[in-house]
Amino acid sequence: MLMFDPLILARFQFAFVVSFHIIFPAFTIGLASYLAVLEGLWLWKKDDRYLKLFNYWLKIFAIAFGMGVVSGIVMSYQFGTNWSVFADKTGPILGPLMGYEVLSAFFLEAGFLGIMLFGMNKVGKRLHFTATLLVAFGTFFSAFWILSVNSWMHTPAGYSINDVGQFIPENWFEIIFNPSFPYRLVHMLMAAYLTTAFVVGSVGAYHLLKQNSNICARTMLSMAMWMAAIVAPLQLIAGDMHGLNTLEHQPAKIAAMEGHYETKKGAPLILFGFPNDEKMEVNNAIEIPKLGSIILKHDANAEIKGLKDFPEGETPPAEIIFWSFRIMVGIGMAMIALGLWSFYLRLRNQFYKNTFFQKIVVLMGPAGFVAVIAGWITTEVGRQPFTVYGILKTMDSASPIDAPAITASLLVFIVTYFLVFGAGTYYIFKQFAINPDTDKTHPVKIGSLGVSLKIFNKS
Amino acid sequence: MSIELIWAIILSFAIFAYVILDGFDLGIGINYPFIKSKWERDLAMNTVAPIWDGNETWLILGGGGLFAAFPLAYSIVLPALYAPLTAMLIGLILRGVAFEFRWKEKNKSNIWDKAFITGSYTATFFQGVALGAFLQGISITGRSYSGSWWEWLSPFSIFTGVALLIGYGLLGSTWLIYKTENRTKRNMQFLAKRFFVLTLLMITVVSLWTPYLNSEYFDKWFSVPRIYYVLPVPILVIFASLKCIQSIYQNKDIQPFLWSIFLFLLSFIGLMISIYPNIVPPSLDIWEAAAPEKSLKFLLVGVLIFIPIIIGYTAFTYWVFRGKTSSDENYH
Ligand code: HDD
Ligand code: HEM
Ligand code: HEM
Repeated sequence: MLMFDPLILARFQFAFVVSFHIIFPAFTIGLASYLAVLEGLWLWKKDDRYLKLFNYWLKIFAIAFGMGVVSGIVMSYQFGTNWSVFADKTGPILGPLMGYEVLSAFFLEAGFLGIMLFGMNKVGKRLHFTATLLVAFGTFFSAFWILSVNSWMHTPAGYSINDVGQFIPENWFEIIFNPSFPYRLVHMLMAAYLTTAFVVGSVGAYHLLKQNSNICARTMLSMAMWMAAIVAPLQLIAGDMHGLNTLEHQPAKIAAMEGHYETKKGAPLILFGFPNDEKMEVNNAIEIPKLGSIILKHDANAEIKGLKDFPEGETPPAEIIFWSFRIMVGIGMAMIALGLWSFYLRLRNQFYKNTFFQKIVVLMGPAGFVAVIAGWITTEVGRQPFTVYGILKTMDSASPIDAPAITASLLVFIVTYFLVFGAGTYYIFKQFAINPDTDKTHPVKIGSLGVSLKIFNKS
Repeated sequence: MSIELIWAIILSFAIFAYVILDGFDLGIGINYPFIKSKWERDLAMNTVAPIWDGNETWLILGGGGLFAAFPLAYSIVLPALYAPLTAMLIGLILRGVAFEFRWKEKNKSNIWDKAFITGSYTATFFQGVALGAFLQGISITGRSYSGSWWEWLSPFSIFTGVALLIGYGLLGSTWLIYKTENRTKRNMQFLAKRFFVLTLLMITVVSLWTPYLNSEYFDKWFSVPRIYYVLPVPILVIFASLKCIQSIYQNKDIQPFLWSIFLFLLSFIGLMISIYPNIVPPSLDIWEAAAPEKSLKFLLVGVLIFIPIIIGYTAFTYWVFRGKTSSDENYH
């Protein structure tokens, strides 16, 4: 029975908690940088508008960051509780990398978060700005290490295997900078920036629609759309390179993403269709001839290997990642389009006037989160049936835990996550509804401390 | 000294740092039901708001360090303690988000205060249970855990759960003695005295119970000549206890907190004496469980570079937020 298979349960639990977790880093990595930029602009230009925005987003950051931390702690125990065999085998390699994450990133974030949130009057402006910058660096280091860990699982390098089956480090440089890591790091960081930009833009557009003269709302929308216009096209390029890298190291994943069951010369690009893993065919496919080979091999007649030609039982489910990949790329294209449109409107001097555009921007607010999760599903499901690609199978990675224990904990996680993170999301939305320009909670009661940020009055 | 042993010491340090640091802020949650007025609750919360996240990071270092340096131990202990650890994580989630969420709720009977209390009690209790279950010993076959998913449950582990609640209660109340004034401080002194007496009781019972869990523990404590080496521990406990209770009565600020920490340190050393040289009682030792030398060395470099820096800026943060906290306007 499906429900009582500990492996399926453990996988579902891991996918659930990690997908919840990534929502918060995707937002806070971008937001930490955005806050640093706002504070920097305020110190440089002495324009109060930036301080208002800083205080406004700081409150949101505090809530999101708190949720990121508590959901992250769960992650660091999941490897042991649910994937203990995996942990035993990969510990000598992945453990030190995650250790470096704790030492160089988590402590840095946590250590300076207090000053960033509550220390404005205690340490002076410059030191406070330093704290903000350090928190932003912390989020970056965190992404660096954890993505190195994750990438190593996709493209293991620099290791040997000892007699009890553990991976043993041979060359740390090759381990950390494993073949897929640079691509994944760049792609994920840009994803975080885009996610944040679309949230900021959406809130800006929302307030602009309510009051067109709102200077803070204008600033938000403008900053966000610059980000979209510049980074979204870069993301397409990075994503394409990432895909080529995957073709080299995990060709089965690409075949599944593209819905290629047959090996073909001059393979088409399947735009849409319904892959069927059992029959190994794509139903109702809409195709563009030869484009598949052109994109993947930059040659119209190149051969692309199909899923049928991989060893049986070593291919990922195309039914899932064919779709998740299209969702991500579709959102990416929409982001590029919006960026171009914003650019065009600026040239025509319509940027703050075109309400249709602004409404679309409001709607695009959550787009980044959807794309991030779709992207991760593509990557991770595409690695199946392995946890360490080509070497360690998922079914050989799980803990010796009875199904009832996993079922119980899974239910508890689901209930808690929905209640707790649902409440957090509600509070964030309540904050979004407040007008940043006239935020009457100034001097702000920043979350936990109920501290007044008096500098706002002093300056 | 072998590198495996160095790592065991580093991990012990991280775990002890966690117990003390998160101990006092979980302890605030344990004292919360006895703090009635809203402004006093705000105040208690404010004393740790800027630092709790840093405190909890030591738990991640403990877990992550175990994963890195003793992956075999990590992969045996975590499945063995599956249920208590899951409960602890849920507790940490509830109280962690309460720090931010309670300010967003205008209602008088703030639901996040209840979440804070529930979370702190749950997390602490199950940490204690996990500790007890660990001391009791974990069934291992080959390279994996071989017990059932409720092996952790026993009278001893329930007792250590309660003991930890009381111990963190003492850390929390003495921390608040240090950070508050007037009425709040008096209230905390009242609570601290009660927690103090109960803590002593718990230390005594656990100390007497542990040697009877297995004969190895018994020999470590009561065989001649070992008994002479370990005797200083109970003697120092008596000394520290006297100092602790005296400083509470003398209306001192930080001394009760420091003496409570010292009591924890002694109990922790006692634990280490019982467990060493194992990393998973009763049978897996430090050397068997250790990662290969290349892994240990690589991360050791990071530890040597980063831990001093971390301690530096942690101290800086405590210094920035030093002294008495007040619930609102005195805070700047
Ligand atoms: C350090 C390693 C690591 C990292 C950074 C991630 N994952 Fe992963 N992921 C795993 C390590 C892993 C794993 C332990 O290897 C799993 C568990 C079961 C499996 O097959 O791989 C896995 C499975 C897994 C699955 C289920 C796949 C399946 O079982 O079919 C999903 C949906 C995700 N992950 C999603 C994510 C997301 C949203 C991440 C972003 C934070 C993420 N993963 C980062
Ligand atoms: C599945 C593997 C993962 C594990 C085990 C994990 C572990 C953790 C832990 C323990 C924390 C809390 C740290 C604290 O107290 O500050 C955390 C937070 C964080 N994680 Fe993850 N994480 C995972 C995936 C990721 C990925 C893929 C990213 C980024 C690309 C990421 C980025 C972050 C960031 C930036 C934080 C800081 C808190 C926040 O911004 O909300 N994590 N993670
Ligand atoms: C614009 C076109 C895009 C292309 C061509 C593209 C391409 C890819 C590819 C090929 C992968 C799979 C990597 C693997 O094989 O493991 C991937 C993963 C991912 N994508 Fe995209 N992507 C695009 C847009 C986006 C956007 C807009 C976001 C989010 C805002 C995003 C977020 C992610 C994430 C989070 C992952 C998983 C992490 C990783 O493997 O890098 N992508 N992307």
